[in-house]
Amino acid sequence: MNTWAPLWVDALTALLVVVGALAALIGSFGVLRLKSFFQRVHAPTLGTTLGTWGFTLATAVQVSFERGQLYLHALLIAVFIALTVPVTTLFLMRAAVFRGRIRGEEIPVPGADESGG
Amino acid sequence: MSPLLSWALAFALGCLALAMMLALARMIIGPRAEDRVLAFDCLYQNTMLVILALGLIYRSSSYFEAALLIALFGFVGSTAMSKFLLRGEIIE
Repeated sequence: MNTWAPLWVDALTALLVVVGALAALIGSFGVLRLKSFFQRVHAPTLGTTLGTWGFTLATAVQVSFERGQLYLHALLIAVFIALTVPVTTLFLMRAAVFRGRIRGEEIPVPGADESGG
Repeated sequence: MSPLLSWALAFALGCLALAMMLALARMIIGPRAEDRVLAFDCLYQNTMLVILALGLIYRSSSYFEAALLIALFGFVGSTAMSKFLLRGEIIE
């Protein structure tokens, strides 16, 4: 540890890391705790977006101040996750609706009651 | 590294380990296949966060590349599994 960063940078990094880890913990807790699949699928988005942004911002801040130059490629992970997680969630929800209807469960179509059927 | 940051990183690693155990429990007890895919999704994201935290602890940029690869292949894997659940095959 030859590198050095001022104390407020360490404090900011610690805050971002703790917030990110708590968000990931709450998201995983929601995955275990919530009752039906369609409630459960919302929970990891919290942990994913807030957790990943917290950790990558912490890495960017800490390494930038230690090396004395701007170091942003940790944010590449956050941008990539923000682009890909909605795609995965959408595919998964479509698969769940399809399999639920095959199984004969009642899954209402959103907005069907407004248009009269 | 100041003691504040090292304690925060230890706390974050503990939280992430607990989060991985919760996702693993859902993966084991999950009543249907889509629950297990969702738990897998949650699990690989927690793993990626663990590797980012290790990169902050050990100050090496190899951890960043490992985290990027986990994000990439986790996305490919869970998309392929969702597609398989939807259609019964992946490449038609």
